Amino acid sequence: MSVLNLESANLTLEQVSDPEIPVLTIADLGIIRNVKTEGRSVEVTITPTYSGCPAMDTIEADIKTALKAAGWQEVEVLTVLNPPWTTDWMSVEGRIKLEEYGIAAPINGTADKRSLFGKAEEARCPRCKSSSTQRISQFGSTPCKALYQCTSCLEPFDYFKCI
Amino acid sequence: MNLDLKNYTLFLADNALILGQRLGEWCGYGPVLEQDIALTNISLDHLGQSRMLLQYAAKQAGNGATEDSLAFFRNEGEFRNLLITELPNNDWAFTLARQFLFDTFNFFQYEFLMNSRDETIQAIARKAIKEISYHAQFSAEWIIRMGDGTEESHQRVQKAINDLWMYTGEMFIADSASEAMTKAGVAPDYAQLAGQWKEKVNQVLELATLDHPEDGWMQKGGRTGNHTEHMGFILAEMQHIPRTYPTAKW
Repeated sequence: MSVLNLESANLTLEQVSDPEIPVLTIADLGIIRNVKTEGRSVEVTITPTYSGCPAMDTIEADIKTALKAAGWQEVEVLTVLNPPWTTDWMSVEGRIKLEEYGIAAPINGTADKRSLFGKAEEARCPRCKSSSTQRISQFGSTPCKALYQCTSCLEPFDYFKCI
Repeated sequence: MNLDLKNYTLFLADNALILGQRLGEWCGYGPVLEQDIALTNISLDHLGQSRMLLQYAAKQAGNGATEDSLAFFRNEGEFRNLLITELPNNDWAFTLARQFLFDTFNFFQYEFLMNSRDETIQAIARKAIKEISYHAQFSAEWIIRMGDGTEESHQRVQKAINDLWMYTGEMFIADSASEAMTKAGVAPDYAQLAGQWKEKVNQVLELATLDHPEDGWMQKGGRTGNHTEHMGFILAEMQHIPRTYPTAKW
């Protein structure tokens, strides 16, 4: 039986990946808000990326499975909404992994919410690294992504929206 | 139980739930793939917001209520959503005009709710505003694109705005639950939101080269459970499976 403490719980959590973007762990995403341990019980607090993100239920189940497999007897997963998740919490390693996977990483800084139009952010093409890209659609294959195309190499790609 | 808080939470939840359900009908029918995906993404945001709000309403209702029992086992008269959210999708211009008029209202409403005195509503609003501002920008862009587009798109979106106008008055007339929540610092003063809403709507209509409809007779009733004839059909579609198989589980 391995040692059960806060450090080992964190190490286990770092192995849990996002079901939609498997190259990212939930630690990379920055959705783990708190971990508390007591004896063989562990309580993990997470925050959703998007209100309707269908991956959240899977993530909760995956956290429970991973921690139980590591020997924890009682595993509780709580959800907090405030402060709301922002892409600024995504780790540097996470951003590098995203780009290698073919998804342009979010650019820091949130757009002005009161502006009439969402100014298209300048995403960098994950294939040829060109920054001459254009937004095809504000929405993409999952709630967290928008659709872009590179005007240099013509590659269409996903951009992880900055919120 | 604070009945006014429960009913006000249901007002917010039902707007999101019913509009989310309506937008979901576009799935597979969008004019191009990107726009099909856009509307279903917006639908998903609304459903996510409605889940958080219904969970909170269920907590206040007690008596074993859950988000599912509130979504699937309430009858038409118990839903408190604005009438505009239940109107059929019609064509693309009508759907986007409905979105634009509602999104603009929703944006100012949630901007206030980010500082609501109710902690849970405040937390939900701080999460939701990021999504809602994105929706408002998306629909405003479409109004301008269609209004200042071809003769046909202009005429279609003008007709849609005209037809929808009588459903906008209700946004700014508080029912007794909203009124009580405004006094408690939980909800915005709805009559006051009208000014901000009009300013933004006028600005977009002007950019879109569209005429501002004249204020006339305004429909109301959604906030107190008096719905249009369309509401029963939405509920029939949304609720028939859990009502037919009430013990079914995913």
